Amino acid sequence: MASFIDFRDPPGSDRRADQPVRATAEPLWTRRIIIGIVLGFFALFLFLPLVVVFQGALAKGWTVLRDAFTNRDILHSIQVTLSVALIAVPANTAFGIAAAWAITRYRFAGRALLLALIDLPLWVSPVIGGLIYVLLYGRRGYFGPWLQAHDIRIIFAFPGMVLATTFVTFPFVARSLIPLMQTQGVEEEEAALTLGAGGFQILRRITLPKIKWGLFYGVILCNARAMGEFGAVSVVSAKISGKTNTMPLEIERLYNDYLFPQAFAVASALALLALITLVLKTLAEWENHRQLKGGREAELAPTIETRPAV
Amino acid sequence: MSSERHILPGFKTSLGWSVTWLSLLVLLPLAALAGKTASGGWGHFWDTITNPEVVATYRVSFGIAFLAALINGVFGTLAAWVFARYNFTGRRLLEAATDLPFALPTAVAGIALTALYSPNEWLGKYLQPLGIKVAFAPAGVLIAMIFIGFPFVVRAVQPVIAELSADVEEAAACLGATRWQTIRKVVLPPLLPAIITGIVMSYGRAVGEYGSIVFISGNIPFKTEITPLMIIQKLEQYDYSGAAAIGVVMLAASLLIVLIGNKVEAWGNRFRKTP
Repeated sequence: MASFIDFRDPPGSDRRADQPVRATAEPLWTRRIIIGIVLGFFALFLFLPLVVVFQGALAKGWTVLRDAFTNRDILHSIQVTLSVALIAVPANTAFGIAAAWAITRYRFAGRALLLALIDLPLWVSPVIGGLIYVLLYGRRGYFGPWLQAHDIRIIFAFPGMVLATTFVTFPFVARSLIPLMQTQGVEEEEAALTLGAGGFQILRRITLPKIKWGLFYGVILCNARAMGEFGAVSVVSAKISGKTNTMPLEIERLYNDYLFPQAFAVASALALLALITLVLKTLAEWENHRQLKGGREAELAPTIETRPAV
Repeated sequence: MSSERHILPGFKTSLGWSVTWLSLLVLLPLAALAGKTASGGWGHFWDTITNPEVVATYRVSFGIAFLAALINGVFGTLAAWVFARYNFTGRRLLEAATDLPFALPTAVAGIALTALYSPNEWLGKYLQPLGIKVAFAPAGVLIAMIFIGFPFVVRAVQPVIAELSADVEEAAACLGATRWQTIRKVVLPPLLPAIITGIVMSYGRAVGEYGSIVFISGNIPFKTEITPLMIIQKLEQYDYSGAAAIGVVMLAASLLIVLIGNKVEAWGNRFRKTP
């Protein structure tokens, strides 16, 4: 098929200007200008901010960086971030597998609605993700008086932060599994069924090995968002350093207190997490591609975008 | 509902868990949003969403976001073209880096961009003598919105460029079209729906964005305040129905943007060879 023709020049063959140019390629100088513009854009908008973070962390030397990561409040914020992710990510992984199983294995009334609801957190403002829980569990929220009477704190406390984080991160696993499981089909699962396998046996022995890279992909994206979420969490957190601050909230606190080296030190840890996420994500895409080669093509859903499946 | 599709076990378990989870996490809280909005009464709702300071934030959140989305439309399409058609050292690195705005926590992006453009800092010190103020000015909001929305256009356009077939471009060249004519009249038209889809998605993200903007914007009333910030202000004043009212406006706007994006994408898919 014509669409599989690779238009790119083979690597290393930088065509000389006096050689004939293919009719379906731009002249060399045009290509150089376009690549230059794109490189410039990436440098200005993507690479420079990263450089600023790491430079800012190291600006005052290693001792300041080391002191930052022995500071009690900063260490506590790391602990809070890890705890929130440790609850939200496994919960959303279980939900993602269940939702993808239901949506790709059966037809039922309300399936499109379920898909639309799964996408919701991707297109609403994260601040709304915090707001809705304040309206339910906040002091003047619907359950506020009851919670106060029973001395249970959700908003401005740890449970609220877990709720808000879970809300903004629940689409990731489901959204990376649904297109994958859709294209893979159910033949193997049905064969297992005829051979007498039970539901969980099928899931563990047949489905999970088939979707492992897609699952891995969804989980790391979910984790990156869970650890980095700011908008939703800042609405439901009391923002008390050493108590209810996650790493992003601690960055805000340090920055507003003009403790820039410390703020950038925490930021550099999260930036490192982002870079690792990108590497693992690219790896998962390649592995998934390799696993599927020869079989039916089912690329991983192009990341996190809000491409609603309604 | 055909029962023959229910061969595999686990229908009740998987659907039951999914629906329970979504009900607790989304439906119940959304009901609270509707309920709290209504509890304030129509007058309070209208006064809140038409308050001059709040209206000024619409201009920032919806207006500057539109400009940012258009800029991303241009650079995102160029980047997608480069990734799909050109080969050069570092292309794969750039491709992987495209998703950085998704992976980098917004607060980190926020303080990095602020440091970059503050007066006396990296780029700020060169812009200041020219009289250009980026940090703590509307231009800063624009920069943050460009950063956050960029990947959407690349991700929407790149697969469509990869699908374009070579024959039509060859035919155009055979018929004597210059390369520029071919690009304009043969290549761009089928890409247009994908480009618009990308712009709409990037717009949607910028409209709701909070973390990367609040640092660089300086949150100056009537100038650089964004709409999500108004929700937080109302909550701090314990005006729950006011916060819910602004939340409803944002939710409705986002829903509209998503629906437009869907329509454009459906329109574009009609012209694609593979569904």
